[in-house]
This record gives sequence, structure tokens and C-alpha cells, in this order.
Amino acid sequence: MVLNEDNRPVGYVTPLVDIESTDDGYVIRAEMPGVEKSDLEITVDNGELMILGRRKPTEFTAELIYREIEPHDFRRVYELDPSIDTTKVSAKIDDGVLTVRLPKAETVKPRKISVQ
Amino acid sequence: MNIVRYLRHPQSDLSAALDRITSMRAEMDRIYDSTFGSSFRSSASLSRWNPAVNVYQDKDQFIVVAELPGLKKEEIEISLHDDTLTISGERKREGSSEQVLLTERFYGKYQRSLTLPTAVDPDKVKASYRDGLLQVVLPKAEEAKSKQIEVALK
Repeated sequence: MVLNEDNRPVGYVTPLVDIESTDDGYVIRAEMPGVEKSDLEITVDNGELMILGRRKPTEFTAELIYREIEPHDFRRVYELDPSIDTTKVSAKIDDGVLTVRLPKAETVKPRKISVQ
Repeated sequence: MNIVRYLRHPQSDLSAALDRITSMRAEMDRIYDSTFGSSFRSSASLSRWNPAVNVYQDKDQFIVVAELPGLKKEEIEISLHDDTLTISGERKREGSSEQVLLTERFYGKYQRSLTLPTAVDPDKVKASYRDGLLQVVLPKAEEAKSKQIEVALK
């Protein structure tokens, strides 16, 4: 088995995600239990959004006797719609749920045209 | 020329598929139990959300870690009946006014039970919730702790 620097197997798990459409863009909510702000890496590059959440090793030394939780970090990549303003992407994490807001650019938002 | 009456599946496709999955799951559980024993496996139905757990042990205690992202402390209930730990509650959807495009996360009631290999002291159980992970520490009952025997070498 290939191990990374902190002795965990290399590989990723895909976080469970909800995607919602709002008036001004999209919201992605991804489940990353055990991940806090400092463990996150979020990038927007070449029209792609990458979310990466690193798991922390357990704080105790007891022996693992039963496992359902994968030891791998969370990672997922999304291709972004051209209508999204990549300079305004914002993110926060609360209780292991990452929320990424992807606002649409001003030019593509529906506008009301007043008739003169 | 034959005229054959068009007949749909006697059973709807969906319920037939579900039957197959259910029997497959029962078969998998059977194989799993015969290999590992049934103590930790959840006694869960297909429709429920069964949070994933890890169980750790040292000489004094068990530590159960459960993945429960996006919950408030009030939405987590922990109970102990003999040596069976049950974690249950309900998760509500946030931002319901928005239009849902994709949903993979589970909402609604969840429950997870597991039976510990030895007796634990119910008065000393402690739980904490942080970053979507629930951690329950269950000290072993005095009588269940393995006795250390010293053997003199001659």
C-alpha cells in the first residue's frame, strides 16, 4: 500500500453533496465530517472548482477495532458554468459541512429593462 | 400473424428491483456475519440513514466515532441499553427556499446501534461533538477489564 507523509493511504473519498440554485447563483454543500477551516483547500482554476478537505489523525492512541469511516481525504472537482463570476466564489465550513457560494456574473443576471 | 397481448411486468420494475437489492443485502449481511460476527453491524433498513462509525479500544475504554455532519447538539440523541449504544436523531434540510438541483445527502431520521464486546460503565460515558464528528467514550466496567497476571520466570 502506498502511504503519504503522515502514514495514511493515498486516495480520496467523494463527499456527499447537495447543489442548489439561488437567485444570484449556485450553492454547493459538501459533507466533510472532521474537517475544519485550516484543513481545507479550495481552488478555482481554468473553469474548474476543486474542493479538498484533509482529515486529521485521531487525538487518541486506542486501537481501531472496527472501521466504516474511510481514512482518505475528501476531494471533488466541478466544471464551472461560464456564467459564474469566479472572482466572487466564497466558502465556509460549519459542523463538517462545507458551503461554497458561486454567484453569477452581473452581466448574466436577469435585469428589468424600463421602457422609456 | 400472432397477436400477443402486451403485458407489462406483473410486478412494477421498481419494486422488483428493490426486492432484488433487499435479498442481495440480506445475503451480504449473512456472509459478513459469518466472517466477522454480527456485533457491530447495524440492524438497519434500506431507507434509513445509518451514520458511519469507527470503534477504537484500549485497555480501559471504547471510543466510538460517528460521522454526523451538519447537525446541532440538540439533534443528536445518545442512549445506552446494556452494552448497546444507540445514536439517533433527525436532520433537517437547510435553505429550503432554494431550488434543489442535486441532492446526495440524507435528511430525516437516522439511527445507529452497536453492541460493544464487553460491559461498559453507564455512569461514566462521555460524548462530544465537533466538526461533524461525534465521539463517545465508554469506559469498560471494572469486571470486564482484563486482569493483568504477572508470571515469574525462573
